[in-house]
Amino acid sequence: MERLILFVYQNRAFFTFLLLEIFCAWLIVENNAYQGTKFFNSSNGVVATMNNFSQSVRDYFQLSDVNRMLAEENAALKQALEQQRKPVYPSHTLATKDSILVATDSTSSFRKYDFISAKVVNNHVDFVKNFITIDKGKDAGIQVGMAVISPRGIVGKVKIVSSHYSVVTSLLHIDVMVSAVLKRTEHFGTVQWDGRNPDLVDLKYIPPHVSPVVGDTVITSGYNAIFPEGVMIGVIEEVKLNDAALFYDLKVKLSQDFRKLSFVKVIKNHQQPEQDSVEQVILKLER
Amino acid sequence: MSRVSILQIISFFIYLLYQVLILQNVVLGHTAFCFLYVAYLLVLPVETNPLALMGIGFIMGFAVDMFYGSLGLHSFACVFIMYVRNYWLNNLTPQGGYDSNDTPSLALNGLQWFMVYATPLVLLHHGVLFFLEAGGFRMFWFTLWKVITSSLFTLLVILIAQFLFPSRRPR
Repeated sequence: MERLILFVYQNRAFFTFLLLEIFCAWLIVENNAYQGTKFFNSSNGVVATMNNFSQSVRDYFQLSDVNRMLAEENAALKQALEQQRKPVYPSHTLATKDSILVATDSTSSFRKYDFISAKVVNNHVDFVKNFITIDKGKDAGIQVGMAVISPRGIVGKVKIVSSHYSVVTSLLHIDVMVSAVLKRTEHFGTVQWDGRNPDLVDLKYIPPHVSPVVGDTVITSGYNAIFPEGVMIGVIEEVKLNDAALFYDLKVKLSQDFRKLSFVKVIKNHQQPEQDSVEQVILKLER
Repeated sequence: MSRVSILQIISFFIYLLYQVLILQNVVLGHTAFCFLYVAYLLVLPVETNPLALMGIGFIMGFAVDMFYGSLGLHSFACVFIMYVRNYWLNNLTPQGGYDSNDTPSLALNGLQWFMVYATPLVLLHHGVLFFLEAGGFRMFWFTLWKVITSSLFTLLVILIAQFLFPSRRPR
């Protein structure tokens, strides 16, 4: 026993090294888990405050871009509003009862989605697993698992929340998969990033009998309860089909430039618990 | 507490803040990162206790990790090079050996010696970091390319920093 203690003492540098590395490895594994570590992350108060400061300097360089994006979004919203105002059917061909129905339906008090606007505090695009920190948290009603979008397209999913900040798993994270649909042909596929170019993601599982062309729009499908249906992802930039391949190799150019991310919206789906619980029943029955 | 260790603590925070506030935003062509904070670990005094070296490496790596949101990655790489550092320094002992309080910097033995000392350690640090981050050797060539470009960038910035703020031998 004495010898053992002496041995450990003589090699204390090596054993400390081993201990520290094991601890680090444990941290890495823990951090890769779906929920992430509870305290030591960039939604932690001190770290987030400093990132906030750093971002506030960066904001000045993005002002013109943010302005243009807001103007674009404004225009799109106005157009949508105008379309709403127009009667869906010419009123004289419809019974009064029906037109009232249409009117009450569009102004229904029932909302499926709520939007919470937030500012990006910290953002990476160049690693293999990228995360975004935003300046709204539990206090603003954000919960783990909510979808995050920007005016131009999808951004990611909330991973960790603290009281004033949250960490979002970016779409630019090699383990993230999002169900998508080709808008023109209505075929379903899965969008996943390959870890290289932050402008391009892969669209997988589109079978060879479909004929996608460069420029086709890719949007989210309604197959996951997280993202609303029809959120923009990007347009197809490259179409490749190898001989005897089961699926196309499609590269999609993201509509949102992740390097210029500054304001995002967090989506709260009021029906998600309901959808989840119904699907749970099915899963249990299948088993 | 001696004057030297207070200076060490101050420069620890300078390196850390410079890394997370400024260099975090500097990435050339999506592949070349600059991790200047490694320079702080490289120029710690020669006679520092190996346990203290690894402790400092771990704290520095952990602090950087908190900002980068990559818990454990930088700490792992830092502890690793801090462990290797002393063996490597012993191999490179200049004629007459090290004086007590020597720091292995550019001012000590000139450019060539410093490059021989720093290059493998920076390469090792970046190699461990990027391959761990990629989760193995799935994207071997791409990750290797990242390691090489980042190491060149980091070394260049370390050299510039060494020329601008030469660390004198504390007497």
